[in-house]
Amino acid sequence: MSNNGDRPFREVTAAEAVALARDGHRVIDVREQGEWDSGHVAGATLLPLGDLPQRIGEVAPDRDAPLLLHCAVGGRSGRAAAWLAEHGYTSVVSMKAPIGHWKEQGGAWEEPRQLLSPAQQRRYARQTLIPEIGQEGQRKLLDAKVLLIGAGALGSPSALYLSASGVGTIGLVDDDLVEESNLQRQVLHAADRLGMRKVDSGELSIHGLNPETVVVKHPERLNADNVERLIGDYDVIVDGTDNFDTRYVLNDAAVKLRKPVVHGSIYRWDGQITTFVPFEGPCYRCMYPTQPPDELAPACSVAGVLGVLPGIIGMLQSNEVFKLVLGVGETLSGRLLMFDALGTSFDEVRIWRDPACPACGEGSL
Amino acid sequence: MSTVRIPPVLRENTGGSRTVAVTGATVAEALDDLFGRHPALRDRVTEDGQLSRFINVYVNDRDVRYREGLDTAIGSDDTIILLPAMAGGSR
Repeated sequence: MSNNGDRPFREVTAAEAVALARDGHRVIDVREQGEWDSGHVAGATLLPLGDLPQRIGEVAPDRDAPLLLHCAVGGRSGRAAAWLAEHGYTSVVSMKAPIGHWKEQGGAWEEPRQLLSPAQQRRYARQTLIPEIGQEGQRKLLDAKVLLIGAGALGSPSALYLSASGVGTIGLVDDDLVEESNLQRQVLHAADRLGMRKVDSGELSIHGLNPETVVVKHPERLNADNVERLIGDYDVIVDGTDNFDTRYVLNDAAVKLRKPVVHGSIYRWDGQITTFVPFEGPCYRCMYPTQPPDELAPACSVAGVLGVLPGIIGMLQSNEVFKLVLGVGETLSGRLLMFDALGTSFDEVRIWRDPACPACGEGSL
Repeated sequence: MSTVRIPPVLRENTGGSRTVAVTGATVAEALDDLFGRHPALRDRVTEDGQLSRFINVYVNDRDVRYREGLDTAIGSDDTIILLPAMAGGSR
């Protein structure tokens, strides 16, 4: 049957190849990985021509098994088939046809998994190079929904960097308007937007940086009545609120709905950050069972706050969001990180789940 | 001597000091010494002679709630951290 002079293997058309594959010929693709990645015969085995002599023994230990080789047009598979025939393989055919003909003849075909569009591949190229992220990690980020409680000082860096790096959906909860005294630290807003709702100003900035980001605006103040509705659709909550009542309300709902909360708080030169993963680590009530009196917990509007501090703490919060979404690294669950901007020093204390915690303790379940 | 780290909201009671060196073999003794040096602090963080419940106390990185409370022994290289919750955020 050889139509190749002295070479004892057959070359077949695409139609014959499709029929042989259906009849049980093992399909071996001798192209390169990059070609394979752009689409390949369903059920085929990739064995690039250069690797064939070393790997054929493990891929096809039985020299009498029927093999169908193909490449892009039939050149490389012809050489591979000749080599196999010379090395004792008795039932080798090579498809001498462009691979497009295989598809036209109705051959089984697997399209590449398109994790990212070409535009996304370009935009996130520096990030997908990181082994812990890659295209799959980027896809997770694009599919992630992150809710920022507060589109102010702590929310600003998270909104900008999370959208820039491809978190697909960002929710903003804030009922405030942009004020002049915000601009010293709330870089999500702008001098020509005074009086605008923060959710609208935030949307403008986010879309300026990444038009693809879905921005969900919640122009309301989080409270016990709306908290479950607000956080229910999101994967991660970033807490940058300014008062204890809201923090406890958020904590209890997040524990109930099992949503991770990345907590940040700031005061003048000092910041604190931790991550609460319900039932895996402590919650806010485990850490602070009792809230201090108001005079020991003044808001930024009373106490003042360094402009760069929420930038630093907010960026650390964003970093936590990344790890939670990607499922890599170690979060701050069970650790409270404290930053002292005056001394430029970080301290860390361990925080524990409290078995008696009213929110996540043994009696709560 | 051990070191007590003063949280930002209480620094006005220590003349602005961020740390205070104290003596004592337990956390309770160390805090007594601290309050002796800065009496205004005692009123801010104690009630009826007890440390207020909203102040977390750590020896190095460990919460004394999960050790022996204020009876937790301390050494001269230890750092006591007083930590009330901070609320400040966004606005």
